[in-house]
Amino acid sequence: MHRQFPTMTSRRRFLLGTGALAASAALPNVMFARTGGSSRLVVVILRGALDGLAAVPPYADPSYAGLHRELAIGPPGAPDGALALNNTFGLHPSFAYLHQRYAAGELIVFNAVASPYRDRSHFDGQNVLENGLTKPLGTADGWLNRALAALPRRAAGPGERAIAISQNVPLILRGDAPVISKSPQATPDIDEDLLLRLADLYSNDDWFSARLSEAVQTEKMVDDAGAPTMATTPPDRISAVAHMAASLMRSDGGPEVAVIEASGWDTHANQGGAKGALAQRLAGLDKALRALGEELGPLWPQTAVLVVTEFGRTAAINGTRGTDHGTGGCAFLVGGAVRGGRVIADWPGLSRGALLDNRDLKPTLDLRSVFKGVLDEHLHVDANTLAKRVFPDSSGARPLQGLVRA
Amino acid sequence: MQTEIAVLRFGLGARPGDLKAAAGDPRGWLTAQIRGAVPLAVNTPLTPSDQIFAAYVAARDEQQQMRREAGATDAKVAFNAIREAYQPQYRAQVLARAQSAALTDRPFAERLVHFWSNHFAISADKGVVFGLAGTVENEAIRPHVGGRFIELLTAVEQHPAMIAFLDNQFSMGKDSEAVRLIARRPFAADAAQRQLGINENLAREILELHTLGVNGGYTQADVTSFAEIITGWSIGGGKGRLAGGTPGRFYFRENMHEPGAKSFLGKTYYEQGQRQGEAVLTDLAGNPATARFIATKLVRHFIADDPPAAAVERVARAFQKTGGYLPQVYAALIQSPEGWDPNARKFKTPEDFVFSTLRSLNVSPSQPEEVVRSFDLLGQRQYTPGSPAGWPDTSKSWDGSDALMHRVLWASRVAAKYERGVDPVELAASSLGSYARPETLTALKRATSSSQALALLLMSPEFQRR
Repeated sequence: MHRQFPTMTSRRRFLLGTGALAASAALPNVMFARTGGSSRLVVVILRGALDGLAAVPPYADPSYAGLHRELAIGPPGAPDGALALNNTFGLHPSFAYLHQRYAAGELIVFNAVASPYRDRSHFDGQNVLENGLTKPLGTADGWLNRALAALPRRAAGPGERAIAISQNVPLILRGDAPVISKSPQATPDIDEDLLLRLADLYSNDDWFSARLSEAVQTEKMVDDAGAPTMATTPPDRISAVAHMAASLMRSDGGPEVAVIEASGWDTHANQGGAKGALAQRLAGLDKALRALGEELGPLWPQTAVLVVTEFGRTAAINGTRGTDHGTGGCAFLVGGAVRGGRVIADWPGLSRGALLDNRDLKPTLDLRSVFKGVLDEHLHVDANTLAKRVFPDSSGARPLQGLVRA
Repeated sequence: MQTEIAVLRFGLGARPGDLKAAAGDPRGWLTAQIRGAVPLAVNTPLTPSDQIFAAYVAARDEQQQMRREAGATDAKVAFNAIREAYQPQYRAQVLARAQSAALTDRPFAERLVHFWSNHFAISADKGVVFGLAGTVENEAIRPHVGGRFIELLTAVEQHPAMIAFLDNQFSMGKDSEAVRLIARRPFAADAAQRQLGINENLAREILELHTLGVNGGYTQADVTSFAEIITGWSIGGGKGRLAGGTPGRFYFRENMHEPGAKSFLGKTYYEQGQRQGEAVLTDLAGNPATARFIATKLVRHFIADDPPAAAVERVARAFQKTGGYLPQVYAALIQSPEGWDPNARKFKTPEDFVFSTLRSLNVSPSQPEEVVRSFDLLGQRQYTPGSPAGWPDTSKSWDGSDALMHRVLWASRVAAKYERGVDPVELAASSLGSYARPETLTALKRATSSSQALALLLMSPEFQRR
């Protein structure tokens, strides 16, 4: 006859007590404690290449309206016009929340930025955005993970200080530093006894036992945080994801770093202008960022949210009322910790001679300069590690200083 | 172990009896499956893509009509018309796919169908192709998976769902008749504002994802030129300047085609209408970069996340030597010793997990909801990789701890549903053979219920890998 296990008490406690899991290399610290005071970072990856000339319209550039035509956003004050940033740039009218943050001095808008990648493949572009190298292949881990691996272990709380809000971990967070993943989809009603027996069954397989242990820990964190989960995927999945990220970050011993992904930015046809397909997506993103900000609440003053995409899109629209793959694009850094209310853009202009390959916005700022600046001043990763391990071959991309409040 | 490798890694998992059937000659068991077309293993009547597309066009017209009549507020009602037209099609295709995977006697050939379907991925989260999700697989891939690569490639690139997914149907040459006509119209005030020209999406993805691979030696100029070459590759039906052709079928629109000779990868292609693009496809299929790219993906899928160079070399050589005759390419894959290393195991994708579970239990789903919900839960909603690159094919993309928890949840639900009449220890033998570890068998024997034992079996490391 087999052992009987109590069913009412926490299954996690039992799992953690078994020899099976104790043998696991990745066994996290069971003690949770508030890690208050330290910085929080959220990275939002927009997969599919967001049109920076729609998100951050350079309304004053004399070539803009002619190139972007029916997709162009008019100047501030015009019907459906841009939300004003400065004399050159505005925000897409869908970005109501971001615009408020700008007014509150909490948003930096970057324009004419790009990763070092100069070809036009989404998949290679995303690899470079996430692996921190100058080429798509060459490492299996991501820059954010390498940065985390370089930090001293936090005084209290679990070893996993970062979370991917998805079932699986995206490249940017893969690597030696332990991280967890959690999608907003609930996993209710798993029999505790089954989990305990699985832990036993996995005891000779490090790979499986590490993951099970992580999953159980994460579940505990989600329960403790009272984080909202959902049974199915709603249309505005990104808001649910943002909610979950924020409530987990607020929990005791919760992650300090979170990665969120949203796809659907590859607008080759019928992109729309102030209204339409892209406008709706941007409104969804704005709503998600608002959810993140409001839910983080007391943590907001120590938070920076970095919003990036793999590259921009063509300056001229194509033959099907959309835009094709380009190079230079936009990025955002928003949060209570951000020294914002600024546009950072060394604007090359959209005139014929100024375009890259006669078609794309020419990048004048390396995204790695932004990443390095944030990792340096916000997460306090030391400069030498940043230059050598996190972003090899990046001497040309000096960290931007003063992005966050001292 | 050779039998288990053939059935579990190269195939889709073992139904009771499969391991016995393959035991005498595992390689022969595989080779016998790979010639000729691979139709669905079930006789489910699926609506052909042209009819589905026609229903979509009708629903879309209805939507536009309602918008005109009632204003934009009723657009949501009309949107449901498209959903109503498309949803039953999507569900029928997903169900048939799962049934075919569960029941087929040619599981290696069926896996190859899935491989190509992912290689030539369309993503049903793009509204226009939602109801056409499985039609590329069923209409273009199944007939050609055991033929020549060029036939497969041409069938896929000229399939209306691929054309619509990658936006080629309205791509027009700047000097085409259609553009010149529109520009001449004095009354169309916004025609001058509208830019008419090429859309390079399909051209780029054919080069990057379907043939040469991203490092295949082409430039932006080649992408642009290829996009001009395939202007006019469109879909029949429609009104006005879109009239002509059979509705919902591939149709070459001469009047949208950019006229003249064009240079691509250093070679000049003379004007011959639709055949100009077909000539490029033929050269792409014969390009050594294509052989290498396809070989790498096949070896990654069947052998290891990090494809062994010798196996890639062998498969690529077979591809080139035979002019892309796929049965010979698959034979080279089977003959690669790297594929038969019992230590080189792939972590199953959710798709692998679901299909191998169905086969192990010898059950075939009867309701689409069951399949749709399973894949929603496990994070691989069928036909929605989200991008034309298809689903990732390495374990790192599937091995998150949260993903594992979802597998546990799914396994326990499936176990509760199908436990009746199942002897888990016997099932371990028929579904895993010598892959089953002694400690797993012990755990099955000690389980509190057959349902729990079944869940343990499905979640055992040896079942989770292939």
